[in-house]
Amino acid sequence: MYKLILAFRYLYKRRASYFAAAAVALCVFIVVVVMTVMTGLVGEFKKKNYNFTGDCVVGTESLVGFPYYEDFEKILRGVDFVEAVSPVINSYAFVSAGDSQQGVGLEIIGIDPNLHGRATGFGEMIYYHQNDTSHVFEPAGDKNLPGCVVAIDLWAQRDSQGEYFYDPTPEATPISITCFPLTARGALAKAGTGLVNTKTFYFSDSFQSGLARVDGSVVFLPFDEAQLLCGMKEPISRVSRLHIKFKPGINLEDGCLKVGKLWEQFSDKNQGKPDGILLADVKVQSWKQNRREFIAAMEKEQVMLTAMFVLVGLTTVFIIFVVFYMIVSHKTKDIGILKSVGASGVDVVTLFLGFSAMLGVAGSAVGVAAGLLFLRNINTIEKLLFEKFGFQLWDRTLYAIGDIPSRLDLTMVAIVVCCAVLACLAGAILPSVRAAGERPVETLQVSQL
Amino acid sequence: MSRDELIIEAQGIFKSYKMGLAEVRVLKGADIAVKKGEFVAIVGASGSGKSTLLHILGALDRPDKGIVKFENQPLSEMSGGRLNRYRNKMVGFVFQFYHLLDELNVMENVILPAMVPAGVIGWLSKRGNVKKRGKELLEAVGLAERAVHKPYQLSGGERQRAAIARALINEPTLLLADEPTGNLDSVTGNGILELLEKLNRAGQTIVMVTHDERIARRAGRTVTLADGKVK
Repeated sequence: MYKLILAFRYLYKRRASYFAAAAVALCVFIVVVVMTVMTGLVGEFKKKNYNFTGDCVVGTESLVGFPYYEDFEKILRGVDFVEAVSPVINSYAFVSAGDSQQGVGLEIIGIDPNLHGRATGFGEMIYYHQNDTSHVFEPAGDKNLPGCVVAIDLWAQRDSQGEYFYDPTPEATPISITCFPLTARGALAKAGTGLVNTKTFYFSDSFQSGLARVDGSVVFLPFDEAQLLCGMKEPISRVSRLHIKFKPGINLEDGCLKVGKLWEQFSDKNQGKPDGILLADVKVQSWKQNRREFIAAMEKEQVMLTAMFVLVGLTTVFIIFVVFYMIVSHKTKDIGILKSVGASGVDVVTLFLGFSAMLGVAGSAVGVAAGLLFLRNINTIEKLLFEKFGFQLWDRTLYAIGDIPSRLDLTMVAIVVCCAVLACLAGAILPSVRAAGERPVETLQVSQL
Repeated sequence: MSRDELIIEAQGIFKSYKMGLAEVRVLKGADIAVKKGEFVAIVGASGSGKSTLLHILGALDRPDKGIVKFENQPLSEMSGGRLNRYRNKMVGFVFQFYHLLDELNVMENVILPAMVPAGVIGWLSKRGNVKKRGKELLEAVGLAERAVHKPYQLSGGERQRAAIARALINEPTLLLADEPTGNLDSVTGNGILELLEKLNRAGQTIVMVTHDERIARRAGRTVTLADGKVK
């Protein structure tokens, strides 16, 4: 009991304790804030990638695509774990808008909007026809004109806060799309002056995935039109990918494994058919594998950040060690007194470890509270800084983020607090053991002759 | 002197210290024996080793050579745990510089030795009795009104009286006092000596170290330490 009382008194009576607690609080604050923001960003980024992709992708990176996809679609629609399948054409095209004769090279994606809306989060990403995918390719004014959905950064401007200027009455602006149709063997399908396929579409909606690369380079076209433009309609219909959504409760890995087995059987059966060789290049991937090159970079950043925080943790341990060494050095008389009244070495170690644990808990509590307060107001603070000083943490015209993530992950907070308390104990253990090992007569400084 | 009457006995105690490269031999075969109920004063010049001998008797230090027996039990044969219990229960220390804990108030300092061996539950069960005894002791040493004061709020004499109360909380068999008046003025020091005399009359065995012959005369028996030995 006396250890509890003394540890508590050491905590609030010693100025050095306040400095140590402040060091712990500062470290906890930094880790909680940065981890929350970083974890939020990574989580949001993954969610956006998932929304864009669906659960599973069966496809090839080749621009010529793969044939017999309708047969495999039928197989997938017949199994109990698949909710929706969306065939997709993916290629590149020269795109020019309005009267401009200057084209830019962009990615075109041909989709059946209803199927794609069921297999991915496409319906949530369109603006004017949100969750009404069936009319997404119908331009305002004349619904019979061929429509196209343009990625948001190609169509609208953003203000400094990241908000887009949406036209409440969008015009059906003509957009000319020019493609090089390819044969199944990858050769140009046409020769001479008719080398390319060109068609004019009309702006019908804009699309915002929240993924900077997609939002700055993609135009969605109706599936049949895209297939024709890319030369994938005849003689044997081809697609680039099949996006698949699993039924609720289906484990991602299990679902992908099942699709993989089905594809293996299908591919073996059809490889002997005309252009069947293209099936060999097709991969079955989960959305995480499919978007790996984008997600991995961010995950790597997160790992690097965690590694940096390990260094911050080590610094904390060292600060605590120094503070405790000083406190224990100033408390040698107390140790002598305690030993002279019968306290053991273990009692002395327990006393100082209890003190360090209290210090860790108090510092962590302050750090978490400050972090919580800061995160709650992080967007307001950033806005204020921008308004007063023109400083913006993330330039919204460059980064596809809205608000800075500020949702506290309680598991992460619990881990950080535990680590902080353990760091305090680690910093205190050596001085405590040293103090416990001293003879009472030495610590009382009574060895005078 | 019958062995059964002895509380503590030290035989052939040797102790030396390192002072830089030099070795200083402080005790060179010192002997002492104290009977139950005695008030013994150890006197000697400064540096004669009287404090060292007292620390060895109280197990605050170990002799290089020689035997210390408490109630016929050699301290050298006691385990670390038993030595802790010995310091906690059997002896009470009074130091020249009081050695009270600054973070605790007077009452908490006094009852500290009773708290040391108790766990949280154990302490809760005996807290009432211990506090009652602490209060009685503070009344006995004239500090009842100062129970909630911090050591720095007390005078030197009051601090020493608080230290005596602390030394007595576990009703030790032996009270060891190292220059208990050495840091006090003569009037205050006299008050402390009267308190020790009163305790001795009540049956408390006391061994006191002092360099002052006049103070030593207040004890029942005087032992003189010179050249590392008892004369």
